[in-house]
Amino acid sequence: MSDLLYSETEDELRSAVRSLLTDRCDAAQVIARAESDQPHDHDLWKTLAADMGLAGLLVPESLGGQGASARETAVVLEELGRFVAPVPYLSSAVIATEALLGCGSPAADELLKGLASGRSIGVLALPLSTAPSTSYVQVDEADGRLTGRIAAVADAAAADVLLVVAGSGLYAVDTTAEGVSVSARTPLDLTRPLSVVTLESAPGRLLAADAGAAVRRGLTAGAALLASEQLGLADWCLTETVAYLKTRHQFNRPVGSFQSVKHRLAELWLETVHARAAARNAADALATGSEDAPLAAALAQAYCAPVAVHAAEEALQMHGGIGMTWEHPVHLYLKRAKSDAIALGAAGVHQEAVAELVDLQAP
Amino acid sequence: MSDAAELISRTKELLAAHPPATTAREDFLKARFDAGLAWVHYPEGLGGLGAPRALQAVVDAELEAAGAPDNDPKRIGIGLGMAAPTVLAFGTDEQKQRFLGPLWRGEEVWCQLFSEPGAGSDLAALGTRAVRDGDDWIVTGQKVWTSNAHNARWAILIARTDPDLPKHRGITYFVCDMTDPGVEVRPLRQITGEAEFNEVFLTDVRIPDAHRLGEVGEGWKVAQTTLMNERVAIGGMRLPREGGMIGPVAATWRERPELRTRDLHQRLVRLWIEAEVARITGERLRQQLVAGHPGPEGSGMKLTFARLNQEISGLEVELLGDEGLLYDDWTMRRPDTVDFVGRDAGYRYLRSKGNSIEGGTSEVLLNIVAERVLGLPSEPRTDKDIAWKDLAR
Repeated sequence: MSDLLYSETEDELRSAVRSLLTDRCDAAQVIARAESDQPHDHDLWKTLAADMGLAGLLVPESLGGQGASARETAVVLEELGRFVAPVPYLSSAVIATEALLGCGSPAADELLKGLASGRSIGVLALPLSTAPSTSYVQVDEADGRLTGRIAAVADAAAADVLLVVAGSGLYAVDTTAEGVSVSARTPLDLTRPLSVVTLESAPGRLLAADAGAAVRRGLTAGAALLASEQLGLADWCLTETVAYLKTRHQFNRPVGSFQSVKHRLAELWLETVHARAAARNAADALATGSEDAPLAAALAQAYCAPVAVHAAEEALQMHGGIGMTWEHPVHLYLKRAKSDAIALGAAGVHQEAVAELVDLQAP
Repeated sequence: MSDAAELISRTKELLAAHPPATTAREDFLKARFDAGLAWVHYPEGLGGLGAPRALQAVVDAELEAAGAPDNDPKRIGIGLGMAAPTVLAFGTDEQKQRFLGPLWRGEEVWCQLFSEPGAGSDLAALGTRAVRDGDDWIVTGQKVWTSNAHNARWAILIARTDPDLPKHRGITYFVCDMTDPGVEVRPLRQITGEAEFNEVFLTDVRIPDAHRLGEVGEGWKVAQTTLMNERVAIGGMRLPREGGMIGPVAATWRERPELRTRDLHQRLVRLWIEAEVARITGERLRQQLVAGHPGPEGSGMKLTFARLNQEISGLEVELLGDEGLLYDDWTMRRPDTVDFVGRDAGYRYLRSKGNSIEGGTSEVLLNIVAERVLGLPSEPRTDKDIAWKDLAR
């Protein structure tokens, strides 16, 4: 059975990340940045990725990474979720990094060095909703030139390099190259910007002739570890709402003393207890290379995605009118949670994946 | 004394001195208790060695591999899970010496006399009276939902010793002799058809003061130890994948494609996921206990299992279609052990309805989580400072 606890090292890592984010990523800053023309926080990214070395957690030391594992990465994501931090960590340090690790080519290794050091940002150019268990869009390739349109790619606006899937393999495309256009959309979740990527005979470098395994690896890691981000979101919503309802008075009583409210918060707490177990299980399965990793990832997504949404919706409702204001941060969590529920496959897609993996066939 | 190698060597010594193949069961259990290998976290002389609780698994594995007899823990669950920790925490040296050995060896079965017809969720409102008479107490009242009362030698009992005090403060905790002529046990038939529980009528039952656990008036505090252990015991079972109620439904689904519908498939997969996540949560809880950092998560597990058991068994009855219209057997019986997955879907459906009532209703447990884990304020209460005798009932 997997190790479902947090190690001392993981606890220390959490404290370091939380303390940085407390200083540099408070809600007012995140809200102000969300509508600016710089939706990604590049300074914060530099500190996290380069100075603290967190972009290279999944990368072996031989390629300039930390040689850590999905367990530590998951802890970082819990904290990034808790602060709805606008940094491309899941995209670059998890999904693109794992896809490149799955290529095993010199060209991929070269890119990994850049990603691991935090010097460059990479993004797997697929719609954010792409699940590990389903089919995905491919662009056309001719003579190493790529042509196609990919909708709703997360963090592409911050990327230096795109990993592009074509029928003939996985290609690296520099975002500054000719024929590449990254055009921002207006996202539901302003803290994870989305773009349409258009390629017109853009020059690509082949990373792997068989894109399938690399893409699957990136998306499976993404789905498994997104659960930790969702846990962080849910945990913030619960903690913040409990604290607020201890001080908010109506009818000459703290609102948190009403049984109808307490029961809902207790249920939510229980959901976060289960979400933590599911998320840790998925992180550990990845870290140990367990053959159960696809099941653990699907299980964690199927369970944690709705929990994060439920937590954010309950947080908004229980904050009453203040929860509906732009000024209060709860909407950031609602928007992130709802987007996360679609990201890397909606809960229903993961339910179907579970059913397939454990032989509970549909009629 | 706390390391696994030392415990294995002691277990091997026990097995060498009392080979299971040629030793009578009672003798082996007695020798195991005396060797401190019964429950290693208990103190020396009381069946333990003061070792970490997690190391019990090492001893158990060694004994099981050698084919040693066990103490049939299912038959004596209330004694092991509730009476023993309470006697250990609050008993006098004499009480610990007298009760713990026969309890662990299964020579004396225990039951629990807590709930009353008028005191369920509000257990502290209980009305069974205990009146001092020299060195004894005279106890009169009615208890209910008592598993195993018909087999029990002893009961843990809470009774009111001072009706003039507010309800939580006038309660005292006793060990009651179930062979006293004033104890009458009547089976209480449940919706499943069987009588797993009893009603117990107490009429002038005489309990020596030496069988009191804790101080007079401190019974509520003592009872918290019992109830905490009960909830841990209910929520803390370790299971393999599909080891709980989801197992039989998943098996039926795989074996009988003709029963499948789209609606049932969606519900089944969702419940399978929830059951698997609950199982992993239980495993995480166990790892926390082993690491010596028990979390508050345990208080929530019973809530989850109650809901899942009910939803899964409900789904199973529907899945079975025409067979779901049938029931295996309504015959009144008195089972000694309760096996939630031992009978048909209809039985599981009906029996699991009790899971959200027994050992604390789900509503009360949600209050406990909200107040003790989340630190939310309690509802305003009108009963806290009023003498028990003046409460509405």
